Amino acid sequence: MTHLGYLLAGWGITLGALGTYAFRLAVRGRSLAARVPVERRRWMTSEDDS
Amino acid sequence: MTNPPLDLPAHTGSRTTRVLGAAVLVGVATMILLGFFVAPEDDLMADSVRMIFVHVPSAILTYVAFSVTAVGSVMWLWKRSVWWDIVAHSSAEIGVVFCGLTLVTGSIWGRPTWNTYWEWGDVRLVTTLILFVMMIGYLAVRSMGGDESAVATRAAVVGVIAAINIPIINRSVEWWADRTLHQQSSITDGKLEDWTLFTMFLGIVVWGVFYTWSMTHRFRIAWLERELRDGDLDEAIAARRAEAAASGGAS
Amino acid sequence: MLRDAWLVATKDLQIEWRSRVTFSQVVPFAGLVLVLFGFALDANRPVLLQATSGLFWVTIMFVSTLAVQRSTSIETTDGARRALLLAGIEPPAVFVGKSIAVAVQLLAVEVVLLAGVVVLYSADVEAWGLVFATCLVATVGIAAAGTLLGALVAGVRARETVLPILLLPVLAPVLIGATRAFDDALGSVAVDGWSWLGLLAGFGVINVVLGALSYGVLLEET
Repeated sequence: MTHLGYLLAGWGITLGALGTYAFRLAVRGRSLAARVPVERRRWMTSEDDS
Repeated sequence: MTNPPLDLPAHTGSRTTRVLGAAVLVGVATMILLGFFVAPEDDLMADSVRMIFVHVPSAILTYVAFSVTAVGSVMWLWKRSVWWDIVAHSSAEIGVVFCGLTLVTGSIWGRPTWNTYWEWGDVRLVTTLILFVMMIGYLAVRSMGGDESAVATRAAVVGVIAAINIPIINRSVEWWADRTLHQQSSITDGKLEDWTLFTMFLGIVVWGVFYTWSMTHRFRIAWLERELRDGDLDEAIAARRAEAAASGGAS
Repeated sequence: MLRDAWLVATKDLQIEWRSRVTFSQVVPFAGLVLVLFGFALDANRPVLLQATSGLFWVTIMFVSTLAVQRSTSIETTDGARRALLLAGIEPPAVFVGKSIAVAVQLLAVEVVLLAGVVVLYSADVEAWGLVFATCLVATVGIAAAGTLLGALVAGVRARETVLPILLLPVLAPVLIGATRAFDDALGSVAVDGWSWLGLLAGFGVINVVLGALSYGVLLEET
């Protein structure tokens, strides 16, 4: 296969960045959700009154 | 009315996001399989053609994400909709990730194909770079803090400015470069093989699902942040009231 | 509306005139940048001549961030923004007035800078009409986009660093267009400079309209 180094770099960086971003989102969500009291932990319920 | 406090999870996932996430994983595995083993090499670009499977979806989703930001910005300015404001912010953040990847994969691809990492003569490359810088500015305005609705308004105006100026930037770069290396229409002129095309479209779909997944999570994170701030505020007010009541009772 | 705009413009220009910041600091800064470019390119005449129009407009880009910052700080100190609103002046008029003030200052700097490139870089101007038209049209666009973004970052922490990040990419078409037009006027590259004026004018119109429409939101809410 030609250009294998370029391909691995491109795919690796892409999948790595998306994976890292997704992981960080999940972690951020977890730590935030843990700090928000249960009765406020809904994202869809208070949409209308805000 | 009180919310049933029972089975609320301590994370931003839900059944839908788990299904979407699983779909992305399966999709990426399929893309690797098809992209590296099924799709044939290109007559002109040889195996480097396999870069389009990640490059083109990233580019398309960049523009999708920033368009959503533009729509959200307008909706905030027009309707003062907090929902749209959060959508605009979330989409800009994910868009910056896609945009960065578009630039990186594009320039890695450019090396074997055009023999240069960066080609100033290429319109889409240069326009995308300027867009990238603009959206970094958008996120900078977002992160500077201050009154919540003022920040939303500022960011929304930046979003609108960016959206309106992008066509004119594109036009100016086009005239300036007055030649372009970019594959103008490798999609429409039938130069690509069937499996290559299929894998690329699969990539767009998978990237779209990933975008939806991240938008859902990012939206919920922003929502929780708001709740946290409001909660702190409520608590502080309650504390002050209690203090006032206590001191009032003592005197 | 035009009368109000004129009031705002003369107010800003008077403040500028009395403080003399533009003349005592911004113009010397612009001249210094020209000299530095001269050093950087090692007094290599052909290269310097080739790059003159680009260097001219890059310098103007830097100067414009300074001018916009000055123009914004007039309004943010001592709550002058609120006073302006209370005085009953329509936001679009404030926008137009402040843009005019910024544009006048930029034009003054451009005149000095033009003399600078003629003397220091021995630039040979072939078409003065095109040079002046380009300066005028490009400056309108720069002033409009700058004034709008200046108001936008007015209430932001670290606005000195945020403004260039926002303003410079937006000004990319002006840099490209004005540089090409100058290339034609200075005879360094054979292009049709007048056709670039169209693009600059388009940029100007779009950003003036955009600014006039959204200035009010920024003035009242942030």
